[in-house]
Amino acid sequence: MTALLSIRNLSVSYRRDGVEVAALKDISLDLEAGERLAIIGESGSGKSTLALAVASLLAGGARIGGSIEWSASQLQTSRSFAPPSVLPDISPTRGEIGSSLVGIPSATSTFGESENGSSISPQVGEMSGRTEGGAVERQPLDNRGGAPLLGRDIGFVFQDPSSSLDPVMPVGKQIAEVARTHLRLDWPNAYAKTRTLLERVRLPEATLHAYPHQLSGGQKQRVAIAAAIAAAPRLLIADEATSALDTIVQAEIVALIGQLVAEDGMTLLFISHDIALAATLAKRIAVLRHGQLVELGETSQIINAPRHAYARALLDAHLGLDAGPLLDRQGASA
Amino acid sequence: MNRLHRFFRTPEAIAGALILALLVAMALAASLLFPGDPQAIAGPALLPPFQDWSLPLGTDRLGRDVLAELFHGARTSLAVGLAAAAAALLIGTVVGTLAGFAGGLIDEVLMRITDAFQTVPGFLLALAFVSIVGPSLGVVVVAIALSAWTGPARVARAEVLSIRERDYVAGARVIGMHPIAIAFREVLPNALPPVLALSSVIVAAAILTEAALSFLGLGDPNRVTWGGMIAEGRTVLRTAPYLSIVPGIALVLTVLGVYLAGEGVVESSAVRRSLS
Amino acid sequence: MSLLTVSNLAKRYRRRGRPFPAVDDVSFEVNPAETLALAGPSGSGKSTIARLVLRLIEPDAGSIEFEGADFLALSGAALRTRRARLQMVFQDPLAAFNPRATVARVLDDPLRIHGLASRTERPRRIAALLERVGLETGLAGRAIHEISGGQRQRVAIARAIATKPSLIVLDEAVSALDVSVRGQILELLLDLQRQERIAYLFISHDLGVIRAVAHRVVILEAGRIAESGDARAVIANPQSAIGKALVAATPRLHGNTAS
Repeated sequence: MTALLSIRNLSVSYRRDGVEVAALKDISLDLEAGERLAIIGESGSGKSTLALAVASLLAGGARIGGSIEWSASQLQTSRSFAPPSVLPDISPTRGEIGSSLVGIPSATSTFGESENGSSISPQVGEMSGRTEGGAVERQPLDNRGGAPLLGRDIGFVFQDPSSSLDPVMPVGKQIAEVARTHLRLDWPNAYAKTRTLLERVRLPEATLHAYPHQLSGGQKQRVAIAAAIAAAPRLLIADEATSALDTIVQAEIVALIGQLVAEDGMTLLFISHDIALAATLAKRIAVLRHGQLVELGETSQIINAPRHAYARALLDAHLGLDAGPLLDRQGASA
Repeated sequence: MNRLHRFFRTPEAIAGALILALLVAMALAASLLFPGDPQAIAGPALLPPFQDWSLPLGTDRLGRDVLAELFHGARTSLAVGLAAAAAALLIGTVVGTLAGFAGGLIDEVLMRITDAFQTVPGFLLALAFVSIVGPSLGVVVVAIALSAWTGPARVARAEVLSIRERDYVAGARVIGMHPIAIAFREVLPNALPPVLALSSVIVAAAILTEAALSFLGLGDPNRVTWGGMIAEGRTVLRTAPYLSIVPGIALVLTVLGVYLAGEGVVESSAVRRSLS
Repeated sequence: MSLLTVSNLAKRYRRRGRPFPAVDDVSFEVNPAETLALAGPSGSGKSTIARLVLRLIEPDAGSIEFEGADFLALSGAALRTRRARLQMVFQDPLAAFNPRATVARVLDDPLRIHGLASRTERPRRIAALLERVGLETGLAGRAIHEISGGQRQRVAIARAIATKPSLIVLDEAVSALDVSVRGQILELLLDLQRQERIAYLFISHDLGVIRAVAHRVVILEAGRIAESGDARAVIANPQSAIGKALVAATPRLHGNTAS
């Protein structure tokens, strides 16, 4: 398998009231192309920071160390459908990619101990579904030597769809914006693409003209997913994407994500606090605690034979429909 | 401590605080440095500034010491500005909190009264009030407060409307707290910050309104005011422009200082909010 | 005899000009020292029922009998006095407290309002409450926003038990907590139930949690009761469509892993 991206010794810390707070400590992991990796952990474990770091979405002021290396060949395939004219000038031929490690820029973001969030995230404004204008920002981006671009190469689904969608823009237009910006479609074609996307996330076509407040939480999250996959990204990141939803809608959204990822051959980074939910979707699970990677393994191994005590504690704390009851039913008066 | 530190982070806030400190020092020192009646004749009439060092800013048409007048005027401006703003904020917050928390008929009545006050231009209201009741310091304060309380009332009501739906208000009801206690212990303190953010604008507006009333001869006749000084100087504007310019500059600097310091307070509390 | 009897409760809201039944003809009972769970998808009316039972909103129809008296007939001072017996713990412990409050003030309020302890006695009572919920007494002086989410929820429970209630409504009280903290809070609630014979109206969307702590469960859909019964039995073998859907949607650790 080829790695889509390799994270090496990634450390992230924030300054809060003059105190340096470490959010991630020395994380190293590979994300294979086409795999489904779940990152689980409790609040403060750094799982969301990891998702944001991969998407270059960390707030300015975050101190970042280590590297996130993207495979250029893997990124390239995602753009093969785009008109040839927009491919980067330095774009290597296919033959070269196979053997390349030296010379070909495999988009690497190596962070020294520099306190500069903005230099690694120049496209923060380009969040999926929230693009504004387009033309102005589009121009220079294709010349960036293959650095992954949020919205085009990475789709990001946030926890709260009510705040990730623009409340005063019809949701169809928000999806079409992404298609127009990253696929260079004109409006009619972008809308045609949007209709297909709505069908794929199983929303009726009438949703095209709806505003976010007219939709339920689950429908909004489907819109956010449609916008995230509009440009056919290689990587889909879902950061607690179902935590604000009830159990039934959560199951539907998880099933939808699983299906879309399988159909498009996307790589999935699924961030969750729920180990059982992660297990239903992921092939591998990474357990984070206090910013450190405590265990990484195949889902079945983590679930059935966790090596680390903390992973075991998480499993024990899970209250499933098969767990032993806490309630001493001796005292039941019903 | 931390908060104070944050306040002094921006140069604007420092400048504002310095101006205000100078103003307060002037107001406090007025009767020490110029113990006599500032309206007494101190020298020859229309002495230009920087000619006689016992009268550094010269004298006016009647030979009164301009510097002494300026110091005593600072007193009036500050006293009226702060008292009127405090009164306006108090009336506005209480009315807004009651309207927002009680809802229904009480809300309707209070807000229609607020509308009525807001449709009359504030300065005309103050003008009419002072001309009917007669100019004195207290009346001027009330007149300005009457024209300025509607803004705080509206902001307080909007804030209360949002706060009363919060869980902690429901929680206070669940533990059996009396509605009046909920309004003034739980809701009001949390509705205050955005209302207080208005205070710099209100103080500045109050100082300007006071100056305008004095300029029109409706200030307290027994007190020196900057507005009155400008009005005095108007008659000799061509020959002795400094008589209007000096209190004018004082007025501009004061309003600027209040604005800048107010902005500093808002900025520092905004930072605090975003951190928590 | 039941502690709380809710009969034919109804509440309508207007949504886009049209009346929309949030709670529609709901009846149930809660017995002393019993945990009755209300389960259902969002919009099923569980939280509206919680707020109706607590008289935070008024029903359009139906009756609520609490401790043998008509709870809906109470008003003013009589209602506020009776509230001591019927308490609530909210989902988000940060939103449930005045942002300016300290732990001591939060616990002082119920003791003061209901005259349960004199001014001089209250600090000792506050310390005892903190100890009862497994917190250090030194926490009293801290601001609510300074302590952790789990500690906050313990303080919320301490506040709820301060007035010695017979029933506590728990509205998604453990949903926002980390799993490891959640287990401890559930243990605390069960311990309180055993020691003080407190009944719980336990509102949750999570059948796993309900199965672990509730005696009986009522499953709601669109404001109506779809089915009810022994919690373990209903979850093991749901009869209603919504019950089946809820069980099927609950994530499982085993047997359902990704292929």
